[in-house]
Amino acid sequence: MKNRTFFWFFAPTALAMLLFIAFPIVSIIMQSVFAPHEAILIESENCGPFGCTTETVVDQEAMETLNAERPWGRFAGLEIYTNRGHLATSEVAEAWRTTDSMGAFFSELGDLPFYRAMAFTLTYTFVCTPFLIMLGFAVAVAVNSLHRRVKGLMIFFSLLPMIVPPLIGALVLFWMIDSRGVLGQLVSWMANDPTLSLKASTPLVWISLIVYGVWSSAPFAFVVFYAGLQTVPKDTLESAQMDGATRWQQIRFVVIPHLAPLVTFVALIQLMDNFRVLEPIIGFQAQAHAESLSSFILSDLGGETRQLSSAAATSVLTIIGVAILLSPVLVRTWRDFRGRSH
Amino acid sequence: MFLKKVAMAGAFALMGTTAMAAGHGCGITDGRVSIVGNEFPAIQTVGAAAVACGEGFTKNLTADHQQINVAGMSGNPAEYTTAIVANSSIVALMNEDVIRPLDDLIAKHGDGINKNQLITINGQVMAVAFMANAQHLVYRADVLEQVGLEPPTTYEEMLAAAEAIRAAGIMENPVGGAYAAGWNLAQEFNNMFLGMGGSHFKAGTAEPNVNTEAGVKALEMMKALSAYMNPDFLTHDSNATNAEFRAGNTAIMNMWGSRAATLVTAEGVPQEVVDGFAIAGPMTVGGGDTPATTLWWDGWTVAKNISDADAEATFLAMKAGIAPSLMEDEEIRTQAVWLIEGYEPTEAAVGVFAAANAGSIPYPMLPYMGLMHTALGAELADFMQGNESAEQALADVEAAYTAAAKENGFLN
Repeated sequence: MKNRTFFWFFAPTALAMLLFIAFPIVSIIMQSVFAPHEAILIESENCGPFGCTTETVVDQEAMETLNAERPWGRFAGLEIYTNRGHLATSEVAEAWRTTDSMGAFFSELGDLPFYRAMAFTLTYTFVCTPFLIMLGFAVAVAVNSLHRRVKGLMIFFSLLPMIVPPLIGALVLFWMIDSRGVLGQLVSWMANDPTLSLKASTPLVWISLIVYGVWSSAPFAFVVFYAGLQTVPKDTLESAQMDGATRWQQIRFVVIPHLAPLVTFVALIQLMDNFRVLEPIIGFQAQAHAESLSSFILSDLGGETRQLSSAAATSVLTIIGVAILLSPVLVRTWRDFRGRSH
Repeated sequence: MFLKKVAMAGAFALMGTTAMAAGHGCGITDGRVSIVGNEFPAIQTVGAAAVACGEGFTKNLTADHQQINVAGMSGNPAEYTTAIVANSSIVALMNEDVIRPLDDLIAKHGDGINKNQLITINGQVMAVAFMANAQHLVYRADVLEQVGLEPPTTYEEMLAAAEAIRAAGIMENPVGGAYAAGWNLAQEFNNMFLGMGGSHFKAGTAEPNVNTEAGVKALEMMKALSAYMNPDFLTHDSNATNAEFRAGNTAIMNMWGSRAATLVTAEGVPQEVVDGFAIAGPMTVGGGDTPATTLWWDGWTVAKNISDADAEATFLAMKAGIAPSLMEDEEIRTQAVWLIEGYEPTEAAVGVFAAANAGSIPYPMLPYMGLMHTALGAELADFMQGNESAEQALADVEAAYTAAAKENGFLN
């Protein structure tokens, strides 16, 4: 009986999850193991305003028959996953064989798009996430201690970075750090180097992206922590005050332990979000310095020749990446759950 | 030769083909028209004239058109009934088989369209071109005069001029260039590479051929030029480069004909920039004869996955969009090198005409060129930042291209 109730209670969710999560993932996996048919090319006479030339074109009729026969395309197996645009297994093996130091190996690795993107994405994820949690927490504590009258206004301002559409936020910062922009001029004045440009130096671009990332995601942490602060037990806090705890000690020994589960939650969401970083890279036009798996997907789909199989393979790799990233947190949650039920 | 063709086109118009129904309705009884295309001024003119044919006709003109046109034409019925394309972007539409042959519509409504406007591929008309385009030199005549130099005809002279302008303390970064990582950077490489006598593929195959002496020399020239550019050059597309020129920060640059014409007509451009602005033909490089530029046409197509009524309406609307009557307007004439009857070249057209007359190579219309362009755009930024050698960058380009071409079935 109990199980039956649970089943009917859960059925709509399960159905929605199947439809909107499981099926698209299966579809993407299928796309990533199939590639377009081998192109049937023919020579043809092409004419236009600049005269006639003989050029290679795709034989549309032959391709149409081929596609009608086997609409999925050509089975490629894991070929797309292992090619140079993705995991580049043979290139990595080659680099491992031919280099004699770790430094040289990593520099070879940095030449491969997937690993270059990973270097940035992981740095971004692991720097942004703790900083935005700290910033969000600090803002939440500060706002919480304000007088009731100004609280509403301050909450609104603290949420602004989240309200501003990410691309617009990124663009605003992009213009400010331009070598003719406010921040760009300031940095070059402080460094006493008129040719210094934030956008031309990879480390400075990374720092700008991370600053943007913290700025734009901190409100999320703020909202969660602010809500959490409302549930801090008053009597515990009062007794701590009576025992002569300073404000810092109250935060350290009462508030933080109380909010610890929320930290896990925020970290979980933000690790996932930051791993899929895209908007700042586009907004900052930073493709020369920083790429992520998401920006690869965008350029695969947005190039003059669409590379659907490649985009699908990158999507699957993103899912795997997120799963690996979240596994420690998920394992911990699972243990907590088991611990509680026993 | 090119000039002659256009002059002939003009003569045809004078001989008086039937007056175009550019007025109300454009001869359209029913049907849907929805346009997707790039956003430079000439295309804005064509799009506006086409949608004026009927109520509810729509246009989506954006720099990101090539990211949406295939998807927007793949459905049945297609969202866009026409895509305005260039010789590079039509390839993707043909590879995906989303545009229809226009022969029957040309036979029925083709009056007023010149023969040389028809883009014929494998015996079928796939697009109607309305303008020619090329990148060429634009410069500040007043600044070059100050340093006592003639407008450069080679990239080597451009470097010398840049050094002279910097040395004279007139501008710190006198060279402009659309070197934004991605499509723009790859296009600048294509120009320089073809100018150096390179060829992207081994003859008759899809095998890459950029890691050659011509490739290395092309990259070295680009690197040398970038030393005279705004340090943010890897983020500068055509729009940003134009803004720099308008602000008086750069004096010499390679710019699209379609943007050069209206470069200084924007609001707030200082008078000395307006007065000093001048256009010249494309430059050669490395002692070669072929200009370091490519020839382009822009034209419109009609979607395959739409009803015949919609296709006919689209054809008529787009034909109205390129009606010879538009050529009566001086401002429109200035916007581009039109292939339309009745066009008489304006001052702004000299760059593109010079490019065509000097034997520039049309941008290669090969099914796998798009993949090469993407690979170049992604892999050359490392070299431009000084992180790796030209040979390494070009080897990376070939490797990236080969992986993509294998995946798409062009190489095995």
